[in-house]
Amino acid sequence: MTDMPMEDAPVRGSLTQVDARTKKRNAAEKRFKAYGIGAILIGVAFLIVLAISIVRSGAPAFTHTVMDVEFTVTQEEFDAAEGELFKTKAYSNLFISKLAAQLEEKGLEIEIEEAAIERLLGKVGADIREFYRENPNALGTPQRFELSASSRVDGYFNGRVTRDTLVESRFLMLADLDLVDVLHEAGIIKGAFNWNFITGADSGVDNPGGAGIGASVIGSFFMMLVVLFLSLPIGVAASIYLEEFAPKNRFTDLIEVNISNLAAVPSIVFGILGLAVFIQFMHLPQSAPLVGGLVLTLMTLPTIIISTRASLRAVPPSIRDAALGVGASKMQAVFHHVLPLAMPGILTGTIIGLAQALGETAPLLLIGMVGFVARGYPEGVVAGFTDPNSAMPAQIYTWAARADASFYDKAWGGIIILLIFLLSMNILAIILRRRFERRW
Amino acid sequence: MYDVPTTERGVISNQVKFEAKNVQVFYGDTHAIKDVDVEIADKTVTAFIGPSGCGKSTFLRCLNRMNDTIDICRVEGKISLDGDDIYDKRVDPVQLRAKVGMVFQKPNPFPKSIYDNVAYGPRIHGLAKNKAELDDLVEKSLRRGAIWDEVKDRLDSPGTGLSGGQQQRLCIARAVATEPEVLLMDEPCSALDPIATSQVEELIDELRANFSVVIVTHSMQQAARVSQKTAFFHLGNLVEFGETSQIFTNPIDERTESYITGRIG
Repeated sequence: MTDMPMEDAPVRGSLTQVDARTKKRNAAEKRFKAYGIGAILIGVAFLIVLAISIVRSGAPAFTHTVMDVEFTVTQEEFDAAEGELFKTKAYSNLFISKLAAQLEEKGLEIEIEEAAIERLLGKVGADIREFYRENPNALGTPQRFELSASSRVDGYFNGRVTRDTLVESRFLMLADLDLVDVLHEAGIIKGAFNWNFITGADSGVDNPGGAGIGASVIGSFFMMLVVLFLSLPIGVAASIYLEEFAPKNRFTDLIEVNISNLAAVPSIVFGILGLAVFIQFMHLPQSAPLVGGLVLTLMTLPTIIISTRASLRAVPPSIRDAALGVGASKMQAVFHHVLPLAMPGILTGTIIGLAQALGETAPLLLIGMVGFVARGYPEGVVAGFTDPNSAMPAQIYTWAARADASFYDKAWGGIIILLIFLLSMNILAIILRRRFERRW
Repeated sequence: MYDVPTTERGVISNQVKFEAKNVQVFYGDTHAIKDVDVEIADKTVTAFIGPSGCGKSTFLRCLNRMNDTIDICRVEGKISLDGDDIYDKRVDPVQLRAKVGMVFQKPNPFPKSIYDNVAYGPRIHGLAKNKAELDDLVEKSLRRGAIWDEVKDRLDSPGTGLSGGQQQRLCIARAVATEPEVLLMDEPCSALDPIATSQVEELIDELRANFSVVIVTHSMQQAARVSQKTAFFHLGNLVEFGETSQIFTNPIDERTESYITGRIG
């Protein structure tokens, strides 16, 4: 059949002997596999290092040192203290005497200065006075007080502050550490889980112990609501139109190229756009999750459009033919058949886009959400959108930029919370994809 | 090839369903169909045969305007169904496709239940007033598709879980469920094994009682077995059109003879 002369056919050796060419090819394959395994190992190693360092640095943010004391204040003591000229000082002295008595009971003896207690616990006298003025019934019965110690005491327990490195200041003296050690031995000072870090609002620059990420989680939540309810319908509608209805011409090609380009635009550009359009032109409130959400919507749209179009394109054309063939209109074919099949891809793309937006900091810099100290929760849903608030990544950035080293722990702790949210969103994406995936 | 058994059942009706006059189809600059004139009779199986790329599928897709979905495709000339020009501006292709059903080369059931596959057409066209009527229509269509006995106990299971031949018969049932007047079939058996093929062929013959069927096929034996009229396409031209028995036993054109005897194509 062929024109080739048959007698030139190469003479091949025995199958049991590997020839040089095959050896070379096998070696190349082995090398390639080794590169692949090496690449994966490096990736895994980085991931492990990252995870360990985040957990190690972030864990202190979730615990804080408290002084846990139980004592009784009698009516006479209360009246006496109220009769003094400096009332808080009187309560402080009362507290110190109670503390000293408890230490003596346990056989520990140390002189407690009022200034030292103030350095360790802040204005404890005022706290106690306020408690008894509000709850006069508590007089005469044992009451338990859990008082947060200053962040420097936290630092002393987790090793950031040591006796060697301590610089004596109005915040902490070397002698205070002796007192801390004794109280620790007595079981009065101890570590506790810091719920305030998860639920609380940000504090000022001088109070790292009181800082919490809760308010900025709420800010991020309202922002994500805006992003979800704007970018999903707009993105999906745009993709369906472009993919299924739009004529293929130069103009739609141009739009397509520009959408891909938008996905690569640095996020800070969207930030300055948001500043110019939403705040300076439309006069929307500064630092509001509404504006943050609008900016992040602009940023998320290209991601959603690209992934939606890819999943629409992955639906076999035979399904469209089938629908058109039984007399469905183009829109019916798309909404009854194509869209349900593309849904898992669309949802995954959306959630990934949202996760990206959740972790975005740069655009928030420009609309005033970074550096804003959210001192409380928004009052109600509307306020949630319009009142100034922070967002998780912006809060972390703010903490990291503060001078007090204790905020460093908080920043790492905030990253752990942020990562927990991102991970759960990704898991949700996987679950949705698994659940809605249909094979045909 | 002259001894191919041709169908003994003659043409039932001479009423013209489709009439194509001077049809030209262009894909961009390519002239895919040239000067095609053809009359397709009611209650008759008409087969389009010809070598690959000769334009028979393209012409078939012109009959229910499926080519509209291809941007670069342009159709000239006149195709009329029962006297109405189907390329008239006032004609909605959706209404046309309800009248002219189509079965595709690859079985393409929707990834839904068997019931929903068949019920989809009647639902969007509002052919059933209530659930009971729809149930009846689905059963009738599945019976017409000769698949009722195989699936009646599992109407809720997915249509994509059936075998290839069953899927194709399901697609035929889906196509007849909208009560079309013409059924277009684009190589309906090319993805099927011989047994499934013979089932579908038998079905086509039964469908002829109610519909006008147009079938594109690569298999000349199949054309001879199922059709009463045959059109031979070559390089975009309709070379010969006539009674199947005449085309296969006594072709007029030299090219037709070369093709059916296996010398070209």
